[in-house]
Amino acid sequence: MKATVVVRPKEGILDPQGEAVEGSLRKLGFDVSRVRVGRVVDIELSAENNDEARGQIERMCTELLANPLIESVEVSLDGS
Amino acid sequence: MERPVVAVLQFPGSNDDRDAAWALGSVGAEPVLVWHDERTLPPETGAVVLPGGFSYGDYLRCGAIASVAPAMDAVRRFAAAGGPVLGICNGFQILCEARLLPGVLRPNRQLEFVCRDATVRVESADTLFTRRCQPGEELVLPVKHGEGAWYADEGTFMTLAARGQIVLRYTDDVNGSVGNVAGIVSERENVMGLMPHPEHAVDPLLGSADGGLLLAALVDAAAEHALIPA
Repeated sequence: MKATVVVRPKEGILDPQGEAVEGSLRKLGFDVSRVRVGRVVDIELSAENNDEARGQIERMCTELLANPLIESVEVSLDGS
Repeated sequence: MERPVVAVLQFPGSNDDRDAAWALGSVGAEPVLVWHDERTLPPETGAVVLPGGFSYGDYLRCGAIASVAPAMDAVRRFAAAGGPVLGICNGFQILCEARLLPGVLRPNRQLEFVCRDATVRVESADTLFTRRCQPGEELVLPVKHGEGAWYADEGTFMTLAARGQIVLRYTDDVNGSVGNVAGIVSERENVMGLMPHPEHAVDPLLGSADGGLLLAALVDAAAEHALIPA
């Protein structure tokens, strides 16, 4: 089973990395008004079904992949 | 009198571990380095220090991977038993990620690594770690970090401030920290984290000896804790 976790800085949380990228894009001449930088985690795991996989991924997010104080997560499963 | 044992954890990427051990030795401790995949601390441990550095290359989030290292389970048990734990810089980041301290450390507001002496004010002088300081005393301690902006939501910050858990604040805006917070303690006041480096300020030759006040207080606490039967 494959899964993808997208981790984003929560709304309202300062994202200096996004600001740096935004400034650089402007210097390159792009008309950007906002950039936020997150992280994509691709995971291959063994699970009997989607529900079990989702449960495992949610625990991974809580225990390590994201810090809920500052980050939000979006999980998608690709049952190949 | 025997020197109290202070365990200094070493993670891959720690780089202030030996400086911390040396500084602790200079204020009366018997420092013992403990590798991150050890499952227990030395039995006579009276205090634990999580040193600065870039554990696991700061991958994922600074401190996140170290927070689930095997040795951290031992640190959790030690802290739960009331043992004094001090996290410096990366060690502070690790303690927040381990949920042993509230909040989280974020990239500096100014997008730059900051490396200079900072002045911090002692907001609370009745904790284990600050009891050798005077209330309101200003300490000069070096900072060197890229991700030192402590963040907590407004409600958490107000609660911590009301309980006296905000122990050190910068006298100027060093990195965008909420409330200029430089160091905090846990609710039980036996766990402290700070971004400045007391271990690099224990000799006037190096510009300041103010860090010795915090480390010597930790060594006092280690001696007291070692007397409590496990």
